[in-house]
Amino acid sequence: MREDPSDARGSRSPIAALGSTVLRGLSELGQATLMLAAALRWMLRGRLEIRETLVQLNRIGVESIPVVLITGAFAGMVLAFQTARQLADFGGQGFVGGLVGLSIAREAAPVFTAITAAGRVGAGMAAEIGTMAVTEQVDALRVLATDPVRYLVVPRLIAAALALPILTAFANVVGGTGGYVVATAAGISGGAFLSSLQRFLWPYDLVVGLIKAVFFGLIIASVGCYRGLHATGGADGVGRATTGAVVVAIVLILIFNYFLDLIFF
Amino acid sequence: MGAVIEPQSSGTPDEAVIVASNLWKSFGSTVALAGFSLEVRRGEIQVIMGPSGCGKSVLLKHLVGLVKPDRGEVLVFGQPVHAMSDHELDALRIRIGVVFQSAALFDSLTVAQNVAFPLRRHRTLSKEEIAHRVRELLLLVEMAGTEDLMPAALSGGMRKRVGIARALALDPPLILYDEPTSGLDPLTAHTVDDLVLRLRAELGVSSVVVTHSLDSAFRLADHLAVMDSGRLTTSGTPEEILASTNPFVRRFLDTRAIEVRPK
Repeated sequence: MREDPSDARGSRSPIAALGSTVLRGLSELGQATLMLAAALRWMLRGRLEIRETLVQLNRIGVESIPVVLITGAFAGMVLAFQTARQLADFGGQGFVGGLVGLSIAREAAPVFTAITAAGRVGAGMAAEIGTMAVTEQVDALRVLATDPVRYLVVPRLIAAALALPILTAFANVVGGTGGYVVATAAGISGGAFLSSLQRFLWPYDLVVGLIKAVFFGLIIASVGCYRGLHATGGADGVGRATTGAVVVAIVLILIFNYFLDLIFF
Repeated sequence: MGAVIEPQSSGTPDEAVIVASNLWKSFGSTVALAGFSLEVRRGEIQVIMGPSGCGKSVLLKHLVGLVKPDRGEVLVFGQPVHAMSDHELDALRIRIGVVFQSAALFDSLTVAQNVAFPLRRHRTLSKEEIAHRVRELLLLVEMAGTEDLMPAALSGGMRKRVGIARALALDPPLILYDEPTSGLDPLTAHTVDDLVLRLRAELGVSSVVVTHSLDSAFRLADHLAVMDSGRLTTSGTPEEILASTNPFVRRFLDTRAIEVRPK
């Protein structure tokens, strides 16, 4: 499924290639699980790197706000644009606010925010840690009796798990506002939009959206860190780790999104 | 000379800081170490020479537990590095300084923060004490005044010296150097060599220096080991190595001599 140019042993039979891909996938899954287990042990022991976590929180959270505001606003606007047009044909103006609000809170805000963050933050983590790995800095950490999982992975996991729901909340607000503006411009009255919103959108929807965002944050950080720590082969390897991190994170976000929906709704 | 020494693991841990016996390690189909054995005694500078890709760097990684051997054992300060948990390794690593080939400075931290890194994590010192110690260490490697620079702003030689300062921060009784003078101009290389010698003379530090610079090797070594394809070819004092009749050692020495002569 994943493309790995380092695996140029493609001259074998397709079945062998498939087999080796599956095996590699499983072994990576195993290693990633071990990394997360180690991270969890550090968290449970309460041995946290406060400074590093704050640095990451700033990088993942604060610095992502502008781009999340833009994607969130436009996601809300396009939803309102389509919903208002489609429903107006059936005389369903009273449903526009609710539908837009629900779509934003449950799906659009958490998923678009996560995908944006995967591109911005996940790639950044893979590139930064990957560069450290190929320039012996990760080895240097180990030799200085500092577990890279504790020093590099745990702060990023925590920061991403905290930042993503907050960013998603921002996306909810700007998405809703953008939706309101576009819907009223398309002829839906402001009062109808808001009362519909009130009727259909429950706090539960907002909360589940934020909970999903926590999972997405964990996915982005684990994939970014794992890919970075296992980067090999100089700049080329870092490049591959970076693109790999983004693609895998986005795919996992969409898959998890579906199953989380099954659980929560 | 018949001085092909095959150290036995029976060396007393009192005397030997490092005992590596019969180490084997492969990465896929590449054999990096093929039955390598070596003993390093306290207070000695052990130089390991050999062509690129002969397994020198992999050997160093075995000594600090960054890589585990497929077979064989490594004792450092009498402790079995090959069989220790991460937690036990951390306790041991605090007593070993490692100077990486690329210096491996953390590029998100300043020079001072790099040197202070091990102090912050493993000592309980006040801010002033740390700053004082950092200044002391930078002075030792002739890098005073660079505290606030980022590693990216330093030349290769400067980075290496900061790397040495960081490795020395916790006063380790054993220091491992991976190509400490490669890529340095002859003058800086000399400074680094002098530093290695001084640490041994003043602090009695034991050192393992991996290098392919014959110049450094013969300046530094109390004992020299020549490595080829993951094996120990010859080991002995510098004089013994110079007198060696082993064809590989001769070839290694001769090629280098030709490179050096025209200067």
